[in-house]
Amino acid sequence: MAKRVGIEVSIALAEAVKLANVDVIAAYPITPQTHIVEHLSEVVADGEVDAEYVPVESEHAAMSCCCGSSAAGARTFTSSSSQGLLLMSEILFIPGPMRFPIVMAVVNRALSAPISIWNDHQDIMSQRDIGWIQTFAENGQEAFDLTLHAFRVAEDRRVSLPMMVNIDGFTLSHVVEAVELLSQEEVDQYLPPFKPRYRLDPRKPITMGPVGIPEVYSEAKVAHNEALKASRKVILRGWKEFADLFGRQYNPIETYRSEDAEVLLVTMGSISETAMTAIDTMRDKGQKAGLVKIRLWRPFPGPEFRKAAGKAKMLAVVDRCLPPGAICGPVGAELRSLFYKVPGGPKIFNFIAGLGGRDVTVERFEEMVDKSMVFAKKRPKELYEVIGVREK
Amino acid sequence: MIPEFEKFKRFKAKNLPKEELLAPGHRACQGCGEVLALRMVMKALGPNVIVCMATGCMEIVTTPYPQTAWKVPWIHIAFENPASVASGIESALKVLRRKGKVPKKHIDILAVGGDGATSDIGLGWISGALERGHDFTYICLDNEAYMNTGVQRSSCTPYGAMTTTSPPGKKSFGQVTWKKNVPGIAVAHNIPYVATASPAYFLDLMNKVKKAALVKGPAYIHIYSPCPTGWGSAPERSIEFAKLVVETRVFPLYEVIEGRYIMSRKITKPKPVQKYLKGQRRFRHLDEEHIAYIQQRVNADYEKLVRLSEIT
Amino acid sequence: MANTDAIVGWKTITFGCHVMEPGSSTKFRTGDWRSQRPVIDNEKCIKCGICWIYCPDMAIIQNKDGFFEVNMEYCKGCGICAHECPKDAITIVPEEG
Repeated sequence: MAKRVGIEVSIALAEAVKLANVDVIAAYPITPQTHIVEHLSEVVADGEVDAEYVPVESEHAAMSCCCGSSAAGARTFTSSSSQGLLLMSEILFIPGPMRFPIVMAVVNRALSAPISIWNDHQDIMSQRDIGWIQTFAENGQEAFDLTLHAFRVAEDRRVSLPMMVNIDGFTLSHVVEAVELLSQEEVDQYLPPFKPRYRLDPRKPITMGPVGIPEVYSEAKVAHNEALKASRKVILRGWKEFADLFGRQYNPIETYRSEDAEVLLVTMGSISETAMTAIDTMRDKGQKAGLVKIRLWRPFPGPEFRKAAGKAKMLAVVDRCLPPGAICGPVGAELRSLFYKVPGGPKIFNFIAGLGGRDVTVERFEEMVDKSMVFAKKRPKELYEVIGVREK
Repeated sequence: MIPEFEKFKRFKAKNLPKEELLAPGHRACQGCGEVLALRMVMKALGPNVIVCMATGCMEIVTTPYPQTAWKVPWIHIAFENPASVASGIESALKVLRRKGKVPKKHIDILAVGGDGATSDIGLGWISGALERGHDFTYICLDNEAYMNTGVQRSSCTPYGAMTTTSPPGKKSFGQVTWKKNVPGIAVAHNIPYVATASPAYFLDLMNKVKKAALVKGPAYIHIYSPCPTGWGSAPERSIEFAKLVVETRVFPLYEVIEGRYIMSRKITKPKPVQKYLKGQRRFRHLDEEHIAYIQQRVNADYEKLVRLSEIT
Repeated sequence: MANTDAIVGWKTITFGCHVMEPGSSTKFRTGDWRSQRPVIDNEKCIKCGICWIYCPDMAIIQNKDGFFEVNMEYCKGCGICAHECPKDAITIVPEEG
């Protein structure tokens, strides 16, 4: 039976990996991911899970090791953050097309320079196009549940793609929350053993990772992209079965008090909880504000988002990332594309907030909504605004 | 001593395995000494192996989609990381065997990289895998430059050699640094088995590969691999150079078994290095002074090696 | 060197772009590259196998009688076999045409 405990979110996530009966963990420590890998080292050392913990010498080696492990047919997990995720970058692009269902927890953190250990989404947004399924957790329960979901979806033979769960560094990873941990029997009911479609095996030798000559490179890339797009069915099915078994339903896009809203805040990750409080405050004041939360970032759930946006006139899109020289933030750009020339589509304003651990408070969310009201009447010069930044 | 070596049956000229685990039709250049060394490596290992390969000539020439020259399971992920990929495979098989998900039978794991992949870009990755003690063999096929990208210098390029990024000119004479001692770096990891080999001495090469596979834990073999295209040498002379490099003491053959150096072939009457340098366009510009310097350092390095074999 | 085998669609390309058929490079005849060919004189041959073990292209095969033959489908004409033959039993002759 599931039991509800007070637990640090990193530990809860690591417990999910343990309950998934993981075979190989290859990881390199980086703040704020450390508690996940420390806990996994412990459970391996104590024999709570029969797995190999490979203490690799870098994140690049971690992802390389994961590719080998997954290719050999093992259930494989790693975790990283920030600079570490970027050191992995070269290899992150590879398990997708090669169809290795590695699962990774990314503990989101800012990028250097200046060096910062605190939270934002610049790490993952810089790696947006690696071709992994990417989800964002909002709280500890989600971090636990989405990790199990990730193994289930990634390893589904129709999918067979790498998948990551993003959790905000410190603001989520290091907080203690009440989380309902599933029992081993419950997890086993949800997550079947990993049966890879192909593996490195001398009894049936195959060549993995051949040279993509020009005659075939485009087809290989499209095949991967189509597989990623087609994974949405399995992602949704995985959430539905999770709800059937354990009563918690997840959706690619979720809404909060959005029905009749004129302005919709759009958020990802743990700031959504503060955003909900902000919406309540604004609603109390009579403002027609609501919230849309993006849980599934890749493949992007366009139809679900359009439905969630409903008839709202304005979207106040929050990005946790400032892409220098760009027209706007990555989530902002995604939604602008989604609604471009859609008749009756909303006006879109983009707010860059919470860089490098800067708090995004209720007041900041209110400011974004208020500014959107103003911008709706008078178009701003730039397509985005960095919220709360001092000029002098 | 290593217990696995006691039951080890050496390859002899009469009992060389006929089976080819690398198929013809690969796109290596005429007279490629690297693919030849690789062929010998595979003969020694047999079919019960998984190969992880770095980006490089061997990867390119053996696997243009939809064809492969490989008859054993093979994987390429990137340039610097075959040792890490091998770490992952070894760890996976270990746990899957414990859990009864794969047969108990041992499978050799081989990681292969060129000299650039080994001595430069991948050195840290190899160090990590050797230090962690994975049961695998790393083989460096050393053709002494980045041949796949057009003959740029690596830290394994020999002193004085002309490459496209160590060109001789008014102010330079080619590669200004001495070849990095990668086997020595491997030895420093206290791994059970390290060796050097040359395809000219094919029995020696194959026996070393077999020993590397038999030993429990990491093994490292550095194989000299002639490259007619990159060196400006005649394709038919690849084996000749692979012999000369040993006979001149430029590339001594030795083993390091649990830290003990053993000379595989003592060169008591060495040929002058000049004999080896001649016939390779990459050394053509060297004057007598440079050659004398090379001779002196080759002698010193060889003597050091002999001393190591005496004291360890 | 257009590779017609590679003309597949994204729906028909192999899973993960893996190559499923071991040793399929044999479909590619590197013999076309050759400008000269080895000719083996069995009168001089002592069946030592040096030509075979030193062939980078796996193009030398031992026949039933123990002599060695060159598989011209793959021989690139590098000349190592002739250069290394201890009995000078192999000569290199230019390809005609």
